[in-house]
Amino acid sequence: MEPKATRFGYSEALLMLGEKDDRIVALDADLAKSTSSARFRDKFPDRFFNMGIAEQNMVDVAAGLALSGKIPFASSYGVFVTGRAWEQMRTMVCYSKLPVRIAGHAGVSVGADGATHQALEDIAIMNVLPNMHVFSPCDYYETIKATMAAAYVDGPAYIRFGRAPIPIITEVDSPFEVGKATIMKKGSDVTVVATGTMVNEALIASADLANFGVSVEVVNLSTIKPLDGETILNSVAKTGCAVTAEEHQITGGIGSIIASFLSLNLPVPLEMVGMGDRFGESGEPFELLKHFHCNSCEIVQACLRAISRRQTSRVVL
Amino acid sequence: MRDIAQLEKVGRQIRRDIIQMTTLAGSGHPGGSLSATDLMAALYFEIANVDPSDPMKEDRDRVIYSKAHVTPLIYSVLARRGFFDPELLKTFRKLGSPLQGHPHIHCVPGIEMSGGSLGQGISIALGTAIAGKMDRAPWRVYCLMGDGELQEGQVWEAFMAAAHYKADNLTAIIDKNGLEIDGTTKDVMDIDPLEKKLEAFGWHVIECDGHDYGQILYAFDQAKQTKGKPQAIIAHTVKGKGVSFMENNAEWHGKAPNQVEAEKALLELAD
Ligand SMILES: Cc1ncc(C[n+]2csc(CCOP(=O)(O)OP(=O)(O)O)c2C)c(N)n1
Ligand SMILES: [Mg+2]
Repeated sequence: MEPKATRFGYSEALLMLGEKDDRIVALDADLAKSTSSARFRDKFPDRFFNMGIAEQNMVDVAAGLALSGKIPFASSYGVFVTGRAWEQMRTMVCYSKLPVRIAGHAGVSVGADGATHQALEDIAIMNVLPNMHVFSPCDYYETIKATMAAAYVDGPAYIRFGRAPIPIITEVDSPFEVGKATIMKKGSDVTVVATGTMVNEALIASADLANFGVSVEVVNLSTIKPLDGETILNSVAKTGCAVTAEEHQITGGIGSIIASFLSLNLPVPLEMVGMGDRFGESGEPFELLKHFHCNSCEIVQACLRAISRRQTSRVVL
Repeated sequence: MRDIAQLEKVGRQIRRDIIQMTTLAGSGHPGGSLSATDLMAALYFEIANVDPSDPMKEDRDRVIYSKAHVTPLIYSVLARRGFFDPELLKTFRKLGSPLQGHPHIHCVPGIEMSGGSLGQGISIALGTAIAGKMDRAPWRVYCLMGDGELQEGQVWEAFMAAAHYKADNLTAIIDKNGLEIDGTTKDVMDIDPLEKKLEAFGWHVIECDGHDYGQILYAFDQAKQTKGKPQAIIAHTVKGKGVSFMENNAEWHGKAPNQVEAEKALLELAD
């Protein structure tokens, strides 16, 4: 299949959900075309609310809808829906554990709009909230499944999707379970824990390294919270070193999240690929991923560093 | 005597830049750039005390972009006013260019503040205006806003505070083109009756045709003379103004013309 932007997976799921459950409602903040929630608007006009350019109000209105038995999905750019409305999410939605689902496009691959529109902190600020679920699916099909699943989780959820077309790397019937990471490729020398757009890059890196006799295990972290510690531990226990890969700030992102998890449970050499404490820029999506070192070449380098650190630390031991 | 024919010429030049920049970039926001072109041309070429040879001079008027997605307009008006070489406009939105999709405070001379997140520029403008009043400074603050942008709650927090602090050195220029991304402001989230709301919030309201230079200049003059209250110029405009197939069409909010469309537009905008 042709590459497809994950944002369309979001609206595809909303359409299916809307069909079978009339508690499903959708809200947007003047970005219905861009997030693609307009497809839900056109099919279920009575269950769609455009709140105008007013993200804070939108999120608390969604909370009110949730209080009264509706299942609201509210979308905008990832920056605005998580950032502008963060305190609304924290104090009203998460504290009261309301089933509000928010969603938005994120990452440098948002493209030419530049730094102001490229959410690179959304995972961090959503993951830190108690009761939250954070989904970061890797392709179109997985976004459909994550959105469908998000509708019925106990508590609030954030779904991170993308704006640029990306390859489809899962199947229509590949399993998806909330809080479960999937092994995309088995390997024995190093574990790559990747999320979102970086899962495909990790697969490319793994194929490149296979040519040099290095065997990479690729873990797709499609749910970031709750974290699937068991899958990560099992993999890392086998490989003895790990790499994280994300289109997000390493600090606060899955770099930090996996580092704190492993340091408590199984300290091993860990390398991190992602945004290094800086803002994005205008450019073409894939040009930017390369420019900001979020691609398969960087993952290859990071894998080699992790493996070599594991070998030296073994000598020291 | 003010030279309206000259302003009209400048306006056409800026509009051509807007078309060329977005076409070259393959993205960007032509609609809201074209609707605010005449307002900004009048401001930079007749009204505001700015000096391209000394862009940071202490007594300059400050222009803050609250609707900062209109970078084709912002960069063009600055370049044409002499703040930097218009050649640079060709790099708009390209990797490594100072001309980012949304403006950064230090990108080119003449930009006072970063922007791109709607609803915040007016608060920045108010803080700037309050600082000016504290120092009894002679300069004024101008803030360009979108009508969809007025849906942000923060805008009304700033409006309330501006009247409270009698920021009469602050002029908000509201580009009332009636459109946002998902359609008309009327359909998405109605902001009317706008002038009544602003008056109730303690603002002096001035209305004008945002494409009539005589009316625009008169509105700015009136704003300057207002004492004790912040002023809002509600400019009635046409989104996409000057390019027939873009006018009053929300589709052209954030879409670049292709080569063929650009050529057609440039023909309509020729001197
Ligand atoms: C806080 C925030 N929310 C959403 C957006 C995305 N956005 C960019 S422009 C725009 C529509 C603006 O409409 P309006 O203010 O009427 O501007 P104009 O018609 O002059 O282009 C939106 C929703 C944004 N930049 N900032
Ligand atoms: Mg508008």
